[in-house]
Amino acid sequence: MKKTITLTVNGEARTLDVEPSDTLLEVLREKLGIKSPKVGCERGDCGSCTVLLDGATVRSCLVLAIEADGHEVTTVEGLSADGPTELQRAFVEHNSFQCGFCAPGVVLSATELLRKNPHPTEDEVKEAISGNLCRCTGYEPIVDAVLDVGGAKRGGRDDG
Amino acid sequence: MADFKFVGKPATRIDGLPKVMGAATFVDDIDFGPDLLHAVIVESPHAHALIKGIDTSEAERVPGVVKVVTGKDVPYRFGLYMKDRYILALDRVRFVGEQVAAVIARDLKTALRAAKLVEVSYEPLPPLFDPLDAVREDCCLLHPDLCECERVPWFFPEADTNVAHRRKTRKGDVEKGFEEADIVLEDTYTVPRYAHCAIEPHVVVGLFDHSDRLTLWSASQSPHTQRNVFAESLAPLGLSHQDIRVVTPYVGGGFGGKAGVTMEIIGAALATTVKGHPVKLRWTREQEFRNTYQRQAVVAKLKIGAKRDGTLTAIEHMLYWDAGAYVEYGANVVNAVGLSATGAYRIPNVKIDSLCIYTNLPPGGPYRGFGYSEFHFGLESHMTRIAKELGIDPVEFRRKNAIQEGDTLAYGALMNPSGLTEAIDRAAEAIEWGKKAAPSKPGRVTGKGFSLMWKAPAMPPNAGSAAFLKFSEDGSVNVMVSGMEIGQGYLTVMAQIAAEVLTVPPERIRVETPDTDRNPYEWQTVGSHVTWGCGNAVREAALEARDRMFDVVHRAHGFETETLYLEDEKVKCRTKSDFELALRDFVITGIAMEDGTFRGGPIMGSGAFMPEFTSALSDPETSQGGHPNVHYTVGAAGIVLEIDPATGRVEVVKAALAVDVGQAINPDLVNGQITGGMLQGLATVLYEDMRYDSDGRLLNPNFTDYKIPTAMDVPREMIPIIVEVPQPDGPFGARGVGEHTMIPAAPMVANAVADALGVRITSMPLTAEKIALAVKAKP
Repeated sequence: MKKTITLTVNGEARTLDVEPSDTLLEVLREKLGIKSPKVGCERGDCGSCTVLLDGATVRSCLVLAIEADGHEVTTVEGLSADGPTELQRAFVEHNSFQCGFCAPGVVLSATELLRKNPHPTEDEVKEAISGNLCRCTGYEPIVDAVLDVGGAKRGGRDDG
Repeated sequence: MADFKFVGKPATRIDGLPKVMGAATFVDDIDFGPDLLHAVIVESPHAHALIKGIDTSEAERVPGVVKVVTGKDVPYRFGLYMKDRYILALDRVRFVGEQVAAVIARDLKTALRAAKLVEVSYEPLPPLFDPLDAVREDCCLLHPDLCECERVPWFFPEADTNVAHRRKTRKGDVEKGFEEADIVLEDTYTVPRYAHCAIEPHVVVGLFDHSDRLTLWSASQSPHTQRNVFAESLAPLGLSHQDIRVVTPYVGGGFGGKAGVTMEIIGAALATTVKGHPVKLRWTREQEFRNTYQRQAVVAKLKIGAKRDGTLTAIEHMLYWDAGAYVEYGANVVNAVGLSATGAYRIPNVKIDSLCIYTNLPPGGPYRGFGYSEFHFGLESHMTRIAKELGIDPVEFRRKNAIQEGDTLAYGALMNPSGLTEAIDRAAEAIEWGKKAAPSKPGRVTGKGFSLMWKAPAMPPNAGSAAFLKFSEDGSVNVMVSGMEIGQGYLTVMAQIAAEVLTVPPERIRVETPDTDRNPYEWQTVGSHVTWGCGNAVREAALEARDRMFDVVHRAHGFETETLYLEDEKVKCRTKSDFELALRDFVITGIAMEDGTFRGGPIMGSGAFMPEFTSALSDPETSQGGHPNVHYTVGAAGIVLEIDPATGRVEVVKAALAVDVGQAINPDLVNGQITGGMLQGLATVLYEDMRYDSDGRLLNPNFTDYKIPTAMDVPREMIPIIVEVPQPDGPFGARGVGEHTMIPAAPMVANAVADALGVRITSMPLTAEKIALAVKAKP
């Protein structure tokens, strides 16, 4: 039983047929060809499928596509029309990511944080990205980059 | 220290931007069009059983199902070091979750539905889960044909037992050594199984096209080794290396879990059954836990003797590995430990037995540290205990016994140059060793722990690396290699090595992930060896390109090549100071002569490397006579813990790791390895472990129940310390560092817990519960 839905994806209205059981993640990746949200655990644990739904982070593996009907979805591809954001540039400068599989999700979680709270503390940054698992980095260079954008440094240390 | 322009500098990762922009492509992101098929595996519910029959008829009737494949359709063995596995179980299953059949369908949901309709009848057999049970004389045999398996010459399976391999190392006379000792300490340490938990699950797409070309897109650390294993295994179909191509885009974390071949062989075999159609096999997170390599569990019986002045006299180390149902790769973990389980110590009398034992748990295999994390837990716990019993400071005890350059290793070869003493001093200083830390809250206690660490790459003696290098018209460079970017920063490091020779900055050098058709050979990205091995090949390729440039300039301008040098992307001449020629002006287009002809030709270079001084051949009874390891990377680590004795909850206040990397090609990336590896190691000791029920079923195959650290679980302070005593045969003196960073984590925590609370815990992990109960049980 297909259902026709309309999503605004990265600023563009997309109308398509989905199964009621299709997750937003499946629809983004398989039907719309948007590959930055990753399939990591399919149960909301790892955060690699994170997208912004009306500006707030969700695990797109836990959202049915039909629930997103009429709503606005933003992925890393649609964060900025003119190149990397200040946050993305900071991530590059700090060599924040290693394998990079978690990076799109972390970028979106940190983007949401900085929109709500432009000058977060170290604890606030850690809490904001605690739903995005990273197995590579020990998180420190990720936290450093987010703090850097907000004009702060981790633990008073300045060695990045 | 040598004066380098690009080596030793914290260059920005060349894969940084694509990764944060969502542009980096992983296997699952590649589009294969509407003809893509999806495969789902039918798995064994039994830990040990005979397969009596498989009925696929109902599944085959489901609309959308293209094919159902069983072991009889692809009855081929595979394995890296020992061919003890079948692609799909043939007549017997040996662990819960083992692949028995595959359903290939037009879409994933149909394949999942149909897989449930495959009827497999089993005759259960008694399972073996404990390696100590599996070596009893009267126990059943999991692989009765063990000795018939094709294997490398340095494995020694024991007929009519479950011991797939035993590595014995003997040096000196241990009995005499224990007699000379004033103190002999014996104990048993246990380490459970662990999961790699790369965030990207294993995934493979195979296409056997109508011209009989088999292409695999694989999330792998080992494209060429995969091609080799596929070619060996699928040879009965008439396929050889020439017919097989493996493409490996970015990998979302490896940690050893994507080394060798696990589920990818299923994808390769399935593709051959649906000619012309691409077929995707992607592991679920649950399968990721259950049916890839796991870090093997071990029971280590350890006996060490020392004199009153702290001199070590003898070690006897018996290691019983729960290697799982198949050991085609895991047996080499056991082998590596059997050679090196003395740790980074000078011990004159050595007896090591490392036993690779089949059990009915999932296959063991490589995991960052390759067995060294496991044996260091007991060994380094033991060293602190002996020091304490002798009344010697544990750091001083280590300094006294630390192995030095030129010392004879347990198997007879000599120790490489090392900055171990410097590492000990700097790690001790970083955590203010010898000074009690003040707790941050009343009721809490603090403790400090220390550990040494060493590890050598475990490679076959003929593990090769190669590199191609070419220029473009703008003077930029492409380096083609087949090591894998698994997050460690390999692509950037190879660019920095080429940059140093060519004087072309790393940001003008492209290094991409490989394709076995186009990129030259690399054995595998494992063992922390690619910076060293492949780095040597890249350096050689750059030198060859440089020499070709000098030759062109010589032929065009007449300068002797010995007088030419590179600087700032230009060829210059020592005897003619006003001469300079930008690389971009001739590397493709050549140099114009007065008569209108040109001298040159597109500039390229190639390099190859093999550690020709190594040999795995030695006396099987003693391991004497060979040179199985290229070198050891060593280090020292210290930790400060704050513990609530009532709850056992541990907070890591400070963790420092000093590691001798020879020469840091990119110190920022080395620090990244230290920080990331240390956290991964701390998680194995503080809370991770794989829990099985009495039927061999994994109880925690997901991130809800198998907790890995979040951003909120990091230590208050992590201190990476880089020591640089050059490795003479490494590129610019470099040696590897990737795995080493998690090795000392477990014992230093156990030592710090003992320091804080006076309780010695000998089984990992040291959960809060275990610590609290140990405190309660304290007399």
